[in-house]
Amino acid sequence: MKHFLKPGLWGFGTVATLAFGLAIACSPSAPATSEGTSTTGEGTAPKKQITVGIVFDKGGRGDKSFNDSAYRGIERAEKEFGIKVNAVDSRTDADYETNITSQAERGADLVIAVGFGMLTAAIQVAPQFPDTKFALIDAVAEPSNVRSILFKEHEGSFLVGYIAGRTSKTKKVGFVGGKPGDLITKFYAGFVAGVKEAGTGTEVLPPKYTQDWDNVDVAKAAANVLYGQGADIIYHAAGRAGLGVFEAAKEQNKYAIGVDSDQDDIAPGRIVTSMVKRVDEAVYQTIKDVVEGKFSGGTKVYDLASGGVGTTDFRNAKELVTDAIKADLDKVAERIKSGDIVVPEK
Amino acid sequence: MSEFATFFTNTLSLAVPLVLAGFGGLLSERSGVMNIALEGKLLVGACAAAVVGALTGNPYLGMVAALVASTVLSLAHAELTQRYRMDHIVAGMALNLIAIGATNYVSKLEQFSQTLSGVVRVPQAVLASIIVVLIAVVMAVILRGRGGLHLWAVGEDPVKARLVGLNPVAIRYLALLGTGLFCGLGGTWIMANASGFTDGMTAGRGFIALAALVLVGWRPLPLLAACLVFGAVQSLQLVFQGVPIMGTVWPSEVWAAMPYAVTLLALAGFAGSTKPPAGLGVQ
Repeated sequence: MKHFLKPGLWGFGTVATLAFGLAIACSPSAPATSEGTSTTGEGTAPKKQITVGIVFDKGGRGDKSFNDSAYRGIERAEKEFGIKVNAVDSRTDADYETNITSQAERGADLVIAVGFGMLTAAIQVAPQFPDTKFALIDAVAEPSNVRSILFKEHEGSFLVGYIAGRTSKTKKVGFVGGKPGDLITKFYAGFVAGVKEAGTGTEVLPPKYTQDWDNVDVAKAAANVLYGQGADIIYHAAGRAGLGVFEAAKEQNKYAIGVDSDQDDIAPGRIVTSMVKRVDEAVYQTIKDVVEGKFSGGTKVYDLASGGVGTTDFRNAKELVTDAIKADLDKVAERIKSGDIVVPEK
Repeated sequence: MSEFATFFTNTLSLAVPLVLAGFGGLLSERSGVMNIALEGKLLVGACAAAVVGALTGNPYLGMVAALVASTVLSLAHAELTQRYRMDHIVAGMALNLIAIGATNYVSKLEQFSQTLSGVVRVPQAVLASIIVVLIAVVMAVILRGRGGLHLWAVGEDPVKARLVGLNPVAIRYLALLGTGLFCGLGGTWIMANASGFTDGMTAGRGFIALAALVLVGWRPLPLLAACLVFGAVQSLQLVFQGVPIMGTVWPSEVWAAMPYAVTLLALAGFAGSTKPPAGLGVQ
């Protein structure tokens, strides 16, 4: 009997199950391989295994940038300390609080929130779990069990700006940012100051913002506009959308500068260098501190002097970045480290 | 590239995904199936084009895969709403969730993530010709053809349409098949512009297309115009962003809102009062 089957309900049930099944199957992005790895301490009584929960932001793993860098830090710590890892991707801003809470509830010793978007969520959740340690990247949260990890992106951006100023042939360079705000302003301000420091009279064209971290097409269109206006090098700070800038560089035989991770190999020969932000190092060190019982809350700043930010080795742009330029760059870097040059943040 | 050439390429790359998703939505909504799953269908198409294109090294196989993937999702939509009489909004949401999860999962499988950098693309000229022909055909059918009247009839009142001998369920399956093809083509187009699949790279464009469709009152010509205007303004605002105008640099948020504002205003001029298909969302 047709009525007996109640097709409406069946359909709903099927889809709901499918959807939730997939959502559950797909969101924890760490494969279960880490399960069962034991502590590394040989001969000693087995210590309690440390569990680390990591919540990625909307950019997510596979951005070849910020989140991937954080994941590399996790992988390194996993190998060295035999920690257990629970990783979760976030789809929307609304997921942050849920994801952080669920990591803490699942008994993580340390929960790492990757990205300044999770600030509010971290402030909400951390006080509810006073025995859990939290780490927040790119923003400062007050609760005492949170370690806030900051980077001096403007110092790294200054260096890539210097390189751009020295290597631009058209004497025009550009900048494509994601969502404008304090964070992305640091990248832009450092870049502009670096270009000026090069002393070649190179102009930075008006910056373009995609207002979005996902839309590769808009970033590519923005890059097309900047290249069209005569820029030959564009620095992007637009997360995953920034891949569109590389795409434009490839098509037009111009140059680009990568961000956060070492992106030099994404478009070989077209990427001069990348402003590397060692999120991996920060994540690794934070886990190390937890393993060694040295974790403390408060703010920790990774700058040029501590190796937290920097450039790549210019391996794909050797003909552009000569040894003389590299030597000058080292001098500039030394002056930043010594405090001789103070890089503006805005 | 000259400034005009830049403007033209940018407009095309930004507008075409909207046009395709919009026409996909037009077919489905005219037949009475409310379609909030355009986003998911685009996303699945883009992912399939990238993965299959990269694995086989043949962009056309990628395109076929995109068409198949989007169509499968679209037919699932028909199955849920027509056979199982599921609420159209709930079905659409479920399909979007499945699309997000599935593309995220597939594109991060070890064996794919390596090859995805070697993505191959269908030449845009080829795609553009296919798209122009397809849209011309659909427009002719909807505005002048018998098929368009059938579509309209089942969308307005499926019960009466059945009384005059039409089969509303079959027509809606066909319409959703068309939606799948359009969205698959949209996904292929997005991949023809990019170097690889990234999560959520459709960036809400399925929803923008749906909004445009509703605003123009489910009519094909204004829909085409709205999507092109949106793309053109978006590409134009990128030129003016950050440039001082009347002595001040306007916040980039103002520029980012420009495509939406201009499209809305332009439509307000000639859209008049619009009426949705009476049977939209009706079981």
